[in-house]
Amino acid sequence: MSKHLKPAIIAAILAGVLIMPVFGLQLVRQGARTLLEPNLVMVLIAMAVVFVGQLCRDWLLLPFKAMRRGLPTLPAAPTGGNKLLIVLLVAAAVIWPFFSGRSSVDIATLVLIYVMLALGLNIVVGFAGLLDLGFVGFYAVGAYTYALLYQWAGFGFWEALPIAGAMAALFGFLLGFPVLRLRGDYLAIVTLGFGEIIRLLLINLNQYTNGPDGISGIPKPTVFGMEMQRRASEPGGQTFHEIMGWTFQNHHMVIYLYLMALVLALITLFVSTRLIRMPVGRAWEALREDEIACRSLGLNPTRIKLSAFTLGAMFAGFGGAFFAARQGLVNPESFTFIESALILAIVVLGGMGSQVGVILAAILLTVVPELAREFAEYRMLIFGLVMVLMMVWRPQGLLPMKRPHVELKK
Amino acid sequence: MSDLIPQLTQQIFNGLSLGAIYALIAIGYTMVYGIIGMINFAHGEIYMIGAYVGLVTLTAIGTQTGLPLPLMVAAMLVVAMAVTGAYGYTLERVAYRPVRGSPRLVALISAIGMSIFLQNWMALGQGARDMAVPALFSGGINFDMGADGFGVTMPYSRIMIIVVTVVLMIGLTLFIKYSRMGRASRACSQDMHMANLLGIDTNKVISFTFVLGAMLAAVGGVLIAITIGKLNPFIGFIVGIKAFTAAVLGGIGSIPGAMLGGVLLGLAETFAAAYISSQYKDIVAFSLLVLILLFRPTGLLGKPEVEKV
Amino acid sequence: MSSTLLKVSGLSMRFGGLLAVDGIDFEVAKDEVFAIIGPNGAGKTTVFNCVGGFYKPSSGVVEMDGQRISGLPSHMVARHGLVRTFQNVRLFKQLTVLENLLVAQHTQVENRLLPGLLKLPGYRRSEEQAQERAAQWLDFMGLREYANREAGNLAYGHQRRLEIARCMITKPRLLMLDEPAAGLNPQEKRDLQGLIDRLRREFGVAVLLIEHDMSLIMGISDRILVMEHGRAITTGSPEQVRSDERVIKAYLGEE
Repeated sequence: MSKHLKPAIIAAILAGVLIMPVFGLQLVRQGARTLLEPNLVMVLIAMAVVFVGQLCRDWLLLPFKAMRRGLPTLPAAPTGGNKLLIVLLVAAAVIWPFFSGRSSVDIATLVLIYVMLALGLNIVVGFAGLLDLGFVGFYAVGAYTYALLYQWAGFGFWEALPIAGAMAALFGFLLGFPVLRLRGDYLAIVTLGFGEIIRLLLINLNQYTNGPDGISGIPKPTVFGMEMQRRASEPGGQTFHEIMGWTFQNHHMVIYLYLMALVLALITLFVSTRLIRMPVGRAWEALREDEIACRSLGLNPTRIKLSAFTLGAMFAGFGGAFFAARQGLVNPESFTFIESALILAIVVLGGMGSQVGVILAAILLTVVPELAREFAEYRMLIFGLVMVLMMVWRPQGLLPMKRPHVELKK
Repeated sequence: MSDLIPQLTQQIFNGLSLGAIYALIAIGYTMVYGIIGMINFAHGEIYMIGAYVGLVTLTAIGTQTGLPLPLMVAAMLVVAMAVTGAYGYTLERVAYRPVRGSPRLVALISAIGMSIFLQNWMALGQGARDMAVPALFSGGINFDMGADGFGVTMPYSRIMIIVVTVVLMIGLTLFIKYSRMGRASRACSQDMHMANLLGIDTNKVISFTFVLGAMLAAVGGVLIAITIGKLNPFIGFIVGIKAFTAAVLGGIGSIPGAMLGGVLLGLAETFAAAYISSQYKDIVAFSLLVLILLFRPTGLLGKPEVEKV
Repeated sequence: MSSTLLKVSGLSMRFGGLLAVDGIDFEVAKDEVFAIIGPNGAGKTTVFNCVGGFYKPSSGVVEMDGQRISGLPSHMVARHGLVRTFQNVRLFKQLTVLENLLVAQHTQVENRLLPGLLKLPGYRRSEEQAQERAAQWLDFMGLREYANREAGNLAYGHQRRLEIARCMITKPRLLMLDEPAAGLNPQEKRDLQGLIDRLRREFGVAVLLIEHDMSLIMGISDRILVMEHGRAITTGSPEQVRSDERVIKAYLGEE
């Protein structure tokens, strides 16, 4: 116990120094003057907590040490055997919104968007092992592509969607081509730089992108060309409901959006599940493990990395277009670095490469902040803290997946 | 034509004072990278914390006490350095040391998490909105050049930035060259394993590196706060990336490189703001970063690396 | 001339102030086993890296079947039929043994996206064939029972064999082995010797190897190049080399 005393005292003093200028002496505006409001009680409490914590350190760390090994690893993402389970889950997901409240369905739609984005980033980071901190840039490209196509040429969602994906993929290709040969950390910073450049360009190229105000009035997806609204926007046109003989109610659109998001997310899931089992997926994994060995076997690392990067960007583009449709407007403020960090956190938390883990992490990281609205102030603080803690204690993610591997048929 | 020289002089002066700040922060990045091969993503936040601590100290002393200005600034610097030194130390122990052996991505995410945490930590403590810093220095040296009376203005605050930075750079260079810890740092950045075998306490050297880098960033933070007159918890992000650009430009791992890179970036950004557009000056910094990493990742003063197979 | 597969002329490699390789010339014929030996630090692995395209040589030319390959990136060199193993075995440790062999066939299989996503018949056939080829090599190397194990979990000797199988499945014309016998016990070394011989006879592949184990070198090589301090001391048959005074001097104490 006594050997902990000295470190505990030092830690407590350190805590005091850290907390004092931030929480202990708070700057307060009073008219034209700035004063300090002392809050020494908080500082002392914090010091005491740290002091006690250090003394009982070994004790307190026990549950976390267990966490390092404890949580189970999932079996590989659904392949053939679990088909029935998947069908049931999908059916449940389809039926659910008809029995839920509007805001729940709304949140669920947001979750699905993040699932799509996270699965896309999972291809880049989880499968191919590329540190991409600028993923939000492709998200923005997809969103603005739809917005601009609508503004200039009156495109609807379904017409714009493939183009949004293609544009994002193109950006991914152009950006990726020069930078993918950089190693780890540098690649991360460069992609971060690109994401920021895209955001700054969106803010500053006023005549094209409408600057900080963004573009609004973006239409929602139609049902096979029929609008889902109370009244047709064009005279003589018919809405979906009029044709079906139903009465329009607002939450129908919410459910429709949810179902469309579900479709897109399922497609993303299907594609990435296939990819990992294809030669290109194997090449990603091999490249992640040992690039030099890959080169010695004739694999072109840049082309392989580029395929991951471009595909990930494409899915971000789809997500972006859908986001624009759902919000009805886009502006540069939705596409900051924090979004990239959030999506990355989902991928990492879920266990890089593990699709089921990523989906669960997306649900967790989207739903929990919505539920804990009172803690909104602390949301980012906790987010940052959780990121650090996860990396220190369980970097492989909450639910890492055993690799799906090819089995030799005997 | 007669306007050109005073204009250029003005821009160069502005660029140097901006570059001095970048250099101070860039040194922190380069020292940490040189010694543990990691980008300290949260370094920008350390700079921000330094600025805030300076403001708190200033507010605590009060601007009306009649203490001589240099003394007040010195007090702000000393307190800011002490506190950020503590932050730098804690940052390393909490977020970097535990992940030292882990793959790159893990350490990077830990750093990003810390960066986000610190931004919001300060936002919770001191508010997320802009805070004003009382003006300590007014006026400066004015040169009237040219027939049109176009002058060069050198505000005292900016002169102070350059002076303080130069003094610190000299001090740092001497320290690294002649002190025991300086030698140990150089040994560790060349070959950590060997340094360890020779009995150098590498953990202590690493902690020291973080603390020293933090202190320099704090100086930058305080000086900027005094000069610009306002701050908020999120200023660390952009400045951090720019300072990192400066470090890479000069050659990551090289302290003289960080100084050079800082000055060059400051000049480039100032000239871009003046002659292209001030809106695009941030893009200049980011583009410079991308370009250097693509074409000369080892920077100006770095040695080209050959990958050992 | 037509039987020369690999031709290295005037190869030099400088790292900053250090001249690691200085003016090396040699040729490897189409089904020859050619060894490079020399004390540690002689520059042997650097020569390998230059030939394989991992380093860009400071000067000199490397030609494969008359075509210039020096200056090409390593994956292009591999596509010319030149593959290598590494001193510290570089397997894809978390992939299975089978998958290591499948990845190596990446350039030979249907690797376009659409056929794979839709599981078209052409794709499925390509995958089956790749598996079959992999199975054949597993049988050849006696590794079939480990097919679904993680490559990193294999015994060291098996890992080395897998690395060689991975090279061979790319249908190379020249196989470069970097210290293939390191860490093997005497029985394994004898097996290795038999294996190299078998590969050369059954698959017509030329072999370029670096080794320290003299009995292996003497037993398997057609010709040997001896290097020291980056330079060639002599080139010749095993008998010529082993009785060469300069070689004995360079190796003072080793054998």
